[in-house]
Amino acid sequence: MIRFVGVSKRYPGGFEALRHINLEIEQGEMVFITGHSGAGKSTLLKLIPLLERPSRGQVLVNGVNLARLRKGRIPHLRRRVGVIFQDHQLLYDRPVYDNVALPLVIAGVPHREVGRRVRAALDKVGLLNKERSYPITLSGGEQQRVGIARAVVSRPPILIADEPTGNLDPALSAEIMGLFQEFNRVGVTLLIASHDLELIRRLGQRVVCLEHGEVIDDWAGVAA
Amino acid sequence: MAAGNPRARSNRLRQSVDAWGSAHLRALFASLGRLYRAPLPSLMTAAVIAIALALPAGFLLMLANAERVVGSWEGNAQISLFLELGTDAEHYRALARELRGHTQIDSVDVITPEAALEEFRRLSGFQEAMDLLDDNPLPPVLVVRPVSGLTPAEVDELVGDLQTQSAVEQLRLDQEWLQRLHGIMQLIQRGIWVIAVLLAVAVILVVGNTIRLDIQNRRDEIVVAKLIGATDAFIRRPFLYEGIWYGIAGGLLAALLIEVGRLLLGGPARELAVLYGSSFSLQGLGFVGILRLTLAGSLLGLLGSWTAVGRHLAAIEPR
Repeated sequence: MIRFVGVSKRYPGGFEALRHINLEIEQGEMVFITGHSGAGKSTLLKLIPLLERPSRGQVLVNGVNLARLRKGRIPHLRRRVGVIFQDHQLLYDRPVYDNVALPLVIAGVPHREVGRRVRAALDKVGLLNKERSYPITLSGGEQQRVGIARAVVSRPPILIADEPTGNLDPALSAEIMGLFQEFNRVGVTLLIASHDLELIRRLGQRVVCLEHGEVIDDWAGVAA
Repeated sequence: MAAGNPRARSNRLRQSVDAWGSAHLRALFASLGRLYRAPLPSLMTAAVIAIALALPAGFLLMLANAERVVGSWEGNAQISLFLELGTDAEHYRALARELRGHTQIDSVDVITPEAALEEFRRLSGFQEAMDLLDDNPLPPVLVVRPVSGLTPAEVDELVGDLQTQSAVEQLRLDQEWLQRLHGIMQLIQRGIWVIAVLLAVAVILVVGNTIRLDIQNRRDEIVVAKLIGATDAFIRRPFLYEGIWYGIAGGLLAALLIEVGRLLLGGPARELAVLYGSSFSLQGLGFVGILRLTLAGSLLGLLGSWTAVGRHLAAIEPR
């Protein structure tokens, strides 16, 4: 599903965020990327929806070499990759409903179907009663769940999450991981960057550990 | 083979046409809604556009009205023959009779020195001064009206003929000033067009700048939209519609300004026309004029937003 072949990323200024990464993620896998801050977790995830481009090496998504993807096709790639950000990236001047509906509107989903799917996604994350609220009035955990609803509303086959539980307490974190596991059970491929090792260990999934931009460990999950 | 099935294909086509249409409708109303939610700044932009459009359009309209007036004069060019002072009545009446026989001459009016003096006395206000004169200083005048529809060359020829008449001291073709007036009006029209082009550029810049600011204000939204797979066209569309709306509002406002101006000038213009014994009244833009003005506005608005969108949207990329 996702393959990194000899991927390096050097930022202008010389900082090498990733060094010769080789990684293969199968369809339907749930993979945690872990490591210290600055180990390259975010950079690795950003390569998948082409928020960054590798300096060297190739990234293949679904057999498509992203380096050869025409600029006009990038939006279509991003529609197939749901992204959940640590800082949520919500539109704070729009109610929850509009935020979640945005990917569907962008994809040109017919109007009557939008309402149905937005409510289904909000129901999934337990925020059905908040659809008219503005994100700013919600707690951090609720905002994160709005972000998740937005990422899954268009049912992308790939979901990536960058520190989705970064600022949440353990109970909320566990709840959100539970959501991810549910998505995983219906066949979604997940890549989650996190440094919450204890939580990750409990879930028993595959864990890729980065250090200074290199893969130093790759444990296969016990449940997988 | 689903792809080869014409029915499935036409269904898919219809779906994407539907999606495309609804995306446009959405952008159209979303941009209108945004302008509506910020009425004062929107109105100010529209007003700037309106003034820039109303100036040349108003001047062109005034010129068109002036042309109508001049056009009504054009048919009756006349040639005034000032005869030698002291030509006796016998002589100039004979000349008038002779000229009436000319094929290119429609009519000849005789203004006797006495009649001219009387008219001058009446109109000039120098009544007392005139009373002091011993002799009548005015020559007899024959006013010759050529038949209508003569070409300028034929008129020139006629003028040449008349000039050779022995008693003619001086000849004045009243068409000369008309031609000069035409020349002046053409110059003014050209000038107005030059100004119009400059103001059109100004409209493009104003709209472009407004849209640029709007793009900056909505930077976060653009970033998020790009993150979740919005195409450039999707992001561009509401801004382009916004430019069109500015242009339409500006055009309509310009039409309003011009009509108000016409109402203000209409009274004096009518009075002036009455003084000249004409039933002339100022003509407005009319439906077609308003339509044209609005169309011009929306086109300039689109151009303006296009310049802004082209340069500034590409610069915003999610990181």
